Amino acid sequence: MSGHGNTYVPKSALAKWFESRLPLVGLVHSSFVSFPVPRNLNYFWTFGAILIAMLVSQIVTGVWLAMHYDPSAANAFNSVEHIMRDVNYGWLLRYMHANGASMFFVAVYVHIFRNLYYGSYKAPREVLYILGVIIYLLMMATAFLGYTLPWGQMSFWGATVITSILGAIPVVGDTIQSLLWGGYSVGSPTLNRFFSLHYLLPFMITGVVVLHVWALHVTGQNNPAGIPIKSGKDAVAFTPYATIKDVFAAVVFFAFFAYWIFYQPNYLGHADNYVPANPAVTPAHIVPEWYFLPFYAILRAVPDKLGGVILMFSAVLILALAPWLDTSRVRSCNYRPIYRQFFFLFVVVCILLGWLGAKPPEGGYVIAARLCTAYYFLHFLLVMPLVGLFETPKALPGSILETVTGPGKQVGGSGMPVGAAAAPSSKG
Amino acid sequence: MANTAADPDSTHGAPDGTRRDFMFLATGAGLAVGAGALAWPFVASMAPDAETIAAGAPLEVDLSPIQEGQIVNVFWRGKLIFVRSRSEKEIKEAAAVPLSDLIDPQPDAARVKDGHAKWLVVYGNCTHLGCVPIGHQGQYEGWSCPCHGSLYDTSGRVRRGPAPANLPIPPYLFESETKIRIGEEGGKAVA
Amino acid sequence: MKTTRVLAASLLAAVMSLSVASADEGTPHPPRETWSFAGIFGRFDQAQLQRGFQVYKEVCSSCHSMNLVRFRNLAEAGGPAFSAGQVKELASQYKVKEQNDAGEDVERPARAADPFPPPFPNEKAAAAANGGKAPPDFSVLAKARTYERGFPLFIVDAMPFVGFSEQGVDYIHALLNGYEEPPAGKEIPSGTYYNKYYAGHLIAMPKPISDGQVTYAKNDKGEPVVPETTEQYSKDVAAFMAWAAEPHMMARKALGLRVILFLLVLAGLLYYVKKKIWAKVGGEVHGLQPELHKTY
Repeated sequence: MSGHGNTYVPKSALAKWFESRLPLVGLVHSSFVSFPVPRNLNYFWTFGAILIAMLVSQIVTGVWLAMHYDPSAANAFNSVEHIMRDVNYGWLLRYMHANGASMFFVAVYVHIFRNLYYGSYKAPREVLYILGVIIYLLMMATAFLGYTLPWGQMSFWGATVITSILGAIPVVGDTIQSLLWGGYSVGSPTLNRFFSLHYLLPFMITGVVVLHVWALHVTGQNNPAGIPIKSGKDAVAFTPYATIKDVFAAVVFFAFFAYWIFYQPNYLGHADNYVPANPAVTPAHIVPEWYFLPFYAILRAVPDKLGGVILMFSAVLILALAPWLDTSRVRSCNYRPIYRQFFFLFVVVCILLGWLGAKPPEGGYVIAARLCTAYYFLHFLLVMPLVGLFETPKALPGSILETVTGPGKQVGGSGMPVGAAAAPSSKG
Repeated sequence: MANTAADPDSTHGAPDGTRRDFMFLATGAGLAVGAGALAWPFVASMAPDAETIAAGAPLEVDLSPIQEGQIVNVFWRGKLIFVRSRSEKEIKEAAAVPLSDLIDPQPDAARVKDGHAKWLVVYGNCTHLGCVPIGHQGQYEGWSCPCHGSLYDTSGRVRRGPAPANLPIPPYLFESETKIRIGEEGGKAVA
Repeated sequence: MKTTRVLAASLLAAVMSLSVASADEGTPHPPRETWSFAGIFGRFDQAQLQRGFQVYKEVCSSCHSMNLVRFRNLAEAGGPAFSAGQVKELASQYKVKEQNDAGEDVERPARAADPFPPPFPNEKAAAAANGGKAPPDFSVLAKARTYERGFPLFIVDAMPFVGFSEQGVDYIHALLNGYEEPPAGKEIPSGTYYNKYYAGHLIAMPKPISDGQVTYAKNDKGEPVVPETTEQYSKDVAAFMAWAAEPHMMARKALGLRVILFLLVLAGLLYYVKKKIWAKVGGEVHGLQPELHKTY
């Protein structure tokens, strides 16, 4: 965050005194005020800010819910209902938190696909990108742990199924499983430690998010053109330009979020989770939350337990290799006519996998899931390296400014005030 | 966002500039109101919930099994309350104390219900730092606090510090000669 | 480029329609009912909730507990709106066990703060008295039951104005009306009954309610307000269960409208401000250090 100089000049004596001891204000100023932002960013780039807002929302609602929640197998279900019924606005806090998890994943998927489309994962942003993959993994772990807490049927059986997955690990699987359970099956000790970890992980996510933002401020943001900032004309200051755009986008996103909270609060959950956990009865269809469905489909596409588990984890980990699997010099799919089509195919395959994950593993569904799983991996292992080698990309624009003003022109041409560009000091 | 209204670029006085300033202010105000409104449910959720309030409904205590001289502990809204059956001698002693001798002057008559001087009903936590005083102990034979040595008389009034005040009296009323209802005063449940 | 998109879209459609064809057969979907509490402006019908409570109390409560609902809830805003006095009177008809100072179990009349006393002392007793499986608790049952609507309806169901989240109450209503003669040749094991809408059709609950079983209050002229039929009873009790499962639904929907309208207006203002701010930018902006970004 300190890689691009410090334009903050403390005014008061107190500010000077503090700044010379801890340059905190200067750090914030250089990172979130004077930081240069490519001027051609579209609304897909507001999802980073939206994700930070969602992380804060989840942590705050979670801390408040924890004031009322009881993590014991005997009382967990009823304590959640106590929150829903008796705690002032408890229903609001709980629905914000439960739907907030889904909205967090909506935003993160937009963020990830934006990254893949515009090639943001490529050099020099590999570390930034891998930190993002780590955040995604931590989010999945947190969401899974959180889903067990209401201790309904889906909580209990989700915990049983997922911990059984770890039992597939050769040699140490059983040990890991019983360490997670704290018993001979999923039970009260399991719930207790899951609660503890569910409370811990968001703070680890916050830590990695700080690194992620730090890395972003070292390399600067990618942009729809995929070319770097070359002059001041290519960029605008983070504040107010990016700030106001992020705030606007976040408010629109919150309106969308509010719709789910107030009008479809249970749509994204499962009815079975309103049945208290019962170790003697398994629900007819065990289905994870929607955001896990593609990976669940990959898990079930393989007839072998260990093989399915390996493939499922590989599906996430292979993301981290993208910077080295992609051989193209061009970042943005806007200039990659062939790879762009494969990208859209990849999006469709991911959606299909998600939908197949919700279907029973039988007949045509299994075949479709296998085909989609195959493409998922081929996209990374074959398409990314080969298309990059053989594709002829379109000519890249000379500068970021050119992409907003049109080729050949320095400024103007799209309603951009010429005077402001030529002589910023002549105004005011 | 409000500070953007003060941007030197804004053309004050011009109709467009005024409108823009107004819109900037309205937006800033909207964000502030939204943030405030969002905070409200979080604060409200920390207040006693509906179950706690319902459980704090008035509590009936039957006095008939309480022997003379006995102190009975009851809990109302999670707070300890002493119900003490006082002997004639204790009542007399309590009434005879000159108010000038008291740290927190209050006549005995103000600490019991009219016509029910036999019954003293007080909160059971020392007014110093909240310990539970032990009954029938100390120089004044009311209560003696084991933590810091405060002494109370048979009217629950503090006679020796460090406690600053008398044991407070919870809201209650006599339903009959042998039954009190804690948490209700003047025919209305307290909030 | 267009061809791949068409290809991808048709692939998506093909696989999804494949599943529609193979949707599970045998159990029909519950018929869709109209509910006063459905939709963005939905409100509970207080008279209906009171009737539904009467059905629960007189019929269902002999087997089904409702452990999470307190008597006091019946007087709270957004519910059946009984008066505090009615609730006190109602509660006092029930007995609650507690321990006295001597540690003995004693019975006292229930108070408004108490939950509904269950019909069986515990789940094992309930199971033993009902052929091995305890009748489900009613508290959140309306949210715990649903049925799959499949593609593409599940997308429509999430949308504003055409959305649908009353699958649970529809199912409860259908189930109570779903008792019928088994198809010829279908074997009905003892202790089970044929129900059209129950998964697998063999339900352990005998037909619980029939026409005329519950007598509803009449209006001022002594005429019935609603018919005393299984159809009406089941609608009323299902509505009551919807309230029991989501007692703050009306508050939630009312608040939601205000929140969303506020956010949309705020978004409009922010959009205007954003446009004005961005209108000011030319090519060069203060505070930039672009030379540090030249390395790549």
